[in-house]
Amino acid sequence: MGSSGGRLFEGADWDFQTLQRVHDACEKIARTELGLDVYPNQIEVITAEQMLDAYSSVGMPLFYKHWSFGKQFAFQEASYRKGLMGLAYEIVINSSPCISYLMEENTATMQTLVIAHAAFGHNHFFKNNYLFKQWTDADGILDYLEFAKGYISACEDRHGRETVERTIDAAHALMSHGVDRYPGKKTLDLRAEEKRAGERRQHEESVFNDLWRTVPNTKHKSKAALTVERRRALLGLPQENILYFLEKTAPRLAPWQRELIRIVRHIAQYFYPQGQTKVMNEGTATYVHYRIMSRLHQQGRITDGNFLEFLQSHTNVVFQPEFDDRRYSGFNPYALGFAMMQDIERIVKNPEDEDRDWFPDIAGKGDVEGVLREIWSNYRDESFINQFLSPALIRRFRMFHLHDDPAESQGIKVDAIHDERGYRRVRRELARQYDVGFVDANIEVMDVDLDGDRRLMLRHTTVKGAQLNETDARRVLQHLADLWSYDVALTEVDGTDKVLKEYVVSPRAAAVAA
Amino acid sequence: MVMHIVDRRLNPGSKSLENRQRFLRRAKALVQGAVKKSSQNRDIKDVLEGGEVTIPLDGMDEPRFRREGGTRDMVLPGNKKFVEGDWLQRPNQSGGKGSGAGEGDSEDAFRFVLSREEFVDLFLDDLELPDLAKRKLAETESEGLQRAGYATSGSPANISISRTVSRALARRVALRRPRKDDIEALEAELAECDDDTRRRELLALLEALKAKAKRIPFIDPIDIRYRRFETVPKPVAQAVMFCLMDVSGSMSEHMKDLAKRFYMLLYVFLKRRYKHVEIVFIRHTDRAEEVDEDTFFHGPASGGTLVSSALVAMNDIVRTRFRPADWNIYAAQASDGDNMTSDSGLTGLLLTDKILPVCQFFAYLEVGEAANYTFDMPDSSLWTLYERLRNDGAPLSMRKVSERGEIFPVFQDLFKRRTTSQERV
Repeated sequence: MGSSGGRLFEGADWDFQTLQRVHDACEKIARTELGLDVYPNQIEVITAEQMLDAYSSVGMPLFYKHWSFGKQFAFQEASYRKGLMGLAYEIVINSSPCISYLMEENTATMQTLVIAHAAFGHNHFFKNNYLFKQWTDADGILDYLEFAKGYISACEDRHGRETVERTIDAAHALMSHGVDRYPGKKTLDLRAEEKRAGERRQHEESVFNDLWRTVPNTKHKSKAALTVERRRALLGLPQENILYFLEKTAPRLAPWQRELIRIVRHIAQYFYPQGQTKVMNEGTATYVHYRIMSRLHQQGRITDGNFLEFLQSHTNVVFQPEFDDRRYSGFNPYALGFAMMQDIERIVKNPEDEDRDWFPDIAGKGDVEGVLREIWSNYRDESFINQFLSPALIRRFRMFHLHDDPAESQGIKVDAIHDERGYRRVRRELARQYDVGFVDANIEVMDVDLDGDRRLMLRHTTVKGAQLNETDARRVLQHLADLWSYDVALTEVDGTDKVLKEYVVSPRAAAVAA
Repeated sequence: MVMHIVDRRLNPGSKSLENRQRFLRRAKALVQGAVKKSSQNRDIKDVLEGGEVTIPLDGMDEPRFRREGGTRDMVLPGNKKFVEGDWLQRPNQSGGKGSGAGEGDSEDAFRFVLSREEFVDLFLDDLELPDLAKRKLAETESEGLQRAGYATSGSPANISISRTVSRALARRVALRRPRKDDIEALEAELAECDDDTRRRELLALLEALKAKAKRIPFIDPIDIRYRRFETVPKPVAQAVMFCLMDVSGSMSEHMKDLAKRFYMLLYVFLKRRYKHVEIVFIRHTDRAEEVDEDTFFHGPASGGTLVSSALVAMNDIVRTRFRPADWNIYAAQASDGDNMTSDSGLTGLLLTDKILPVCQFFAYLEVGEAANYTFDMPDSSLWTLYERLRNDGAPLSMRKVSERGEIFPVFQDLFKRRTTSQERV
């Protein structure tokens, strides 16, 4: 077969041979033209119902059982049946082999689009982006989930479903504060993790918890309290990974509870990069599918009709409503990501003078794929936007920056618009919207009162005056106190350490008894 | 690179079923409340349908640290006329907070769809069939047949052909019965053979084979196997529900509607316990007749009131069509309470001697006008009679209802799950 190789399919129908042909054709373009480097692909054909199922287990093919997933499922099912929500065309999993789910209802064109998008676009991104390399273990994740599912159901058999659920509820509430934000000693190796879990628990069951040796007992009372520095060093404080801290030091948790917390923590960590790379990930995948589909059309492997069908869905996907549109709900990561990738292509190929000033490193370099691959590997949304959002694109989207200070009676201020003076500020502010450092509340474990009532002390350093929602904060702290088994105090401070609000929550009796 | 395609479509669906059940279990009290509330608003005919319920999120929430307020910065697309330094009015003065509260509201209530089974289960969850003196009858077992392997003897109708033939085949192979093909081949050879000695050999051989084939029959009586059946006791899985209703002039549409709702509930409830539920409608004035459902509820009728006539009719139907040994019999009588005084004796006698002994359950529902003073008035003649019977120990359940909203509570009250100790008695 030559490069044209005949039509991949006719009409809308497809079978498994079609998928194979499509995959092979896409692969050829992806490897030779775009230079993508992907995990082996596994394509799974599923029904709409199964797609709904997958939604409620965060897209994973297997996951432990928990009522909150059932709640999500009930909710999604209701809105799907009422027609409020369409289903995604695909779900793709960061694993090796890379699993893509295709819905059986898709037409042949849609399947081609989805294979190009997920099996090559996302797949390449998963395999090459530094965050995914650093934080996730694509080879081990499915095995680890299998282990987690088995471990949790074994715990339920041994300790009762409700007790286990209580622990998982609490861990879920703290999930967003269960990730390491800075690369630590070693990368995640989930396979070894699973193997070691059993041995570790056995060992720890027989070993005295190191922390509590530091609790002064009557004999050594004269020795006085440890110095604050020494104590904090012993406990590894301050610590922003609250789940990690609990797992290691919570005084009264049973070994299996620590393991549950560890599981939730690992899963949170696994998803951590995805939250930071939405724009890039979708931008990459959309750009890749666009390139592949265009090439397939050029080679005559798909008909004009198929290509038009593709363009229609593609246009829907990258549609960005304006801020005053009823459909507006923030930036569409597909739209922004795709526009930026195309813009970079333009800058690399035919830059204007302005682009040469702004992007001397890549402007006119000529090797579009090389530059993009480099970017895909080494950036996350925040740094990507901060570096590569060009004035041309700011103008095209007609972006503007609003500053809303509640203390200001005049109203909301238009701080910057798409003009010479505003480009940098607009770009910085948009990048900041994608910065996890700003998206999640900055809460740290500061200290434990070892001399007194073992109170756990946390601090929330507020940014720009945004405080925690009180109801939710109390509920989360309640979960935290239940795990810690003693009082928990949270102080909200502003940048100058001025205390804005204090919470103290005591554990519930049931939790202490457990 | 190798690519795998996996067809998952045939995998069992509803992987989320367990999670869903966990969720429902956790939210049980809330969902149950919502189900009851929603069932009050709907037509009782649709009570069996599943449907959307809304529950408060209390206890079902998944809290997270969430920030609000403060200075906000946002970048938006689609600027049309703003220039740097413009001031925009806040959407409404309480705007910043308002939107937050709005979100809160929508999160407080949680809306989802229950399937028909889930709905009915929750709807009738804490109800159970009444524990009456004749409980034994409910467990009466009839006999059914069940396959139980093979036997060497039996009725020709039960011969298992496949089993018999395969045994015959095995025996023929084991005993080396000459095959028909072999014999035919020899005969063919014989027909063409000119050599005398060879002919003789062939003849002898044929003779021997034929004799052997005769000795070893194609199917021997010892091959024959019969399908064997065992009789097993089977619990009675059918019920009949008698709906008795007074349709004399004094019964208004409203009263009939109340009665109908009660019958519907009873039907739904029985349907859940028994595979097969029959309904018999008996309406009566001063004489009773069995009618179809439509006539029962809507057919015009007028006349006096003789409750005994309905009981006689029911008794006849039970005797001719529903042997108490085979059927669980439930009866629900609805009336406004009027009865000829002279009829009381006969009614009482019929009930205690004929009807109650064969019934699992007999409920009397006295329906009244909405917002009427009926119940401040002295008890009706029928109520008085039944109350006396009950005090004498007759297993009767009786309730008064005058408004739609009361139907479900009354129904629930009648069938409420008793504590275990009571149940054992």
